[in-house]
Amino acid sequence: MLSKQPLQFYSEPLPGVDVGELQGKLIVVEGPDAVGRSTQVARLKAWLEQQGHAVLDTGMGRSALASKGIAQAKEGHTLGPVTMTLFYATDFADRLEKEIIPALRAGFVVITDRYIFSLMARGIARGEDSLWLEKVAGFALVPHAVYYLRAEVPTLISRTVMGRGQFDFWESGMDMRFGPDMYESFVRYQARVIRALDRMSMRYGFVTVDAAKPADQIYRELQRHIAGHFTPRKRPSKKAK
Amino acid sequence: MTQLTPNRFKGKLIIVEGIDGSGKSTQLALLSQWLRSQGLAVAFSEWNSSPLVSETTRRGKKKMMFTPTTFSLIHATDFADRQERYIIPLLKAGAIVCADRFAYTAFARDVVRGVSPSWVRNLYRFAIQPNLAFYFRVPLEVALGRILGGRDSIKYYEAGMDLNLARREEESFRIFQGRILEQYDAMAEEMGFHIIDASGSIEEQQAQMRRIVMERLGDAVASGQILNQEGTTHAFEATTAVL
Repeated sequence: MLSKQPLQFYSEPLPGVDVGELQGKLIVVEGPDAVGRSTQVARLKAWLEQQGHAVLDTGMGRSALASKGIAQAKEGHTLGPVTMTLFYATDFADRLEKEIIPALRAGFVVITDRYIFSLMARGIARGEDSLWLEKVAGFALVPHAVYYLRAEVPTLISRTVMGRGQFDFWESGMDMRFGPDMYESFVRYQARVIRALDRMSMRYGFVTVDAAKPADQIYRELQRHIAGHFTPRKRPSKKAK
Repeated sequence: MTQLTPNRFKGKLIIVEGIDGSGKSTQLALLSQWLRSQGLAVAFSEWNSSPLVSETTRRGKKKMMFTPTTFSLIHATDFADRQERYIIPLLKAGAIVCADRFAYTAFARDVVRGVSPSWVRNLYRFAIQPNLAFYFRVPLEVALGRILGGRDSIKYYEAGMDLNLARREEESFRIFQGRILEQYDAMAEEMGFHIIDASGSIEEQQAQMRRIVMERLGDAVASGQILNQEGTTHAFEATTAVL
């Protein structure tokens, strides 16, 4: 495991950031497509706010700088794998510098739906070098916790079909044509993504949560874990509840 | 030590580098034209020109949203797109690809902006190693004279205004370009640049470039490895190069 304290940079200090000033909490929810991350993030945010914490929620592909460009690039289906990795890295850097770090400075709890790990896993699934990716993303802050919602491919298929009702071009890795159609490509691509996340699990100290369980149960498990990060600093004002 | 990706394709990659006003674009245009006149397949790619990324870059510049890190990453994204969609397929086809600026621009400029040299060098590890890299070395004052005389205004990021080097654009530009020049000079040997004295005459510089190209790519051209118009001789016509 990378033995680094939370809110240190993994390998590459960002110019102009003093990590000593950061005092919030950084919580990451990771996992493959359709595993149910956003549902959990929304509930956790509401719960934490009720506890009196100021919460910033953010997620992959939502930066002010790059979100539009990424969405447009994906429409064209001509986005190459390295270009995609770097476009998402740009998106991540913009959110880190312009949203996450300012929020941490102000003492917020930041919950992010995906972090650098999905970016890296997608790149690895597409054949990119993991050491290259790790160094590219080395300016990321070490989170207080990474919850890895883990499920096998059949669960993802069921949630995709029951949820959106169809397979997505990019979630199926169709840019790489892992199979002759979206279903088969999805199966192979998502298996690669899961394998890549599994390999990161030890190194980055993920807390793995079995995402095949019902959403309520996952939520309670996450709640219990996250509460542990706040116990030593209980504020008197919270007793009102 | 910089490790780029070796060029395993038939085609060749020629790149030019230098500060603004060094004359590199003029020289590359002349070189491309000459190569084309030899019946060879020549393609051209310019720094920061990917249609996929341009809107994001424009947006970031207009609203001054860039930090050194995002500035570096968006230019790498731009380059990746050009390489994946344009440069690599053309190299595979056997073309000579001429690039106006390359990863070395990032190594110089982004480092001046404050990103770490090792991080930005790793960032571009996917870039194809050029077969020939020309560095147009020119004294700062000469380059500044060419730029400041010819243009009415220098843009914000071009002048390095984001670095707070000076209050006025012209002064900031001067300091910024000076620092970039230092970076180029410092990496010239490590990167194996062919250094062209860019204060010499245009004709002299061009003759020197053509000589180096013939020396280094002559065999690939003579053997027909480089894609060419059928019916043309597969060798450089020496006369055109003598000038």
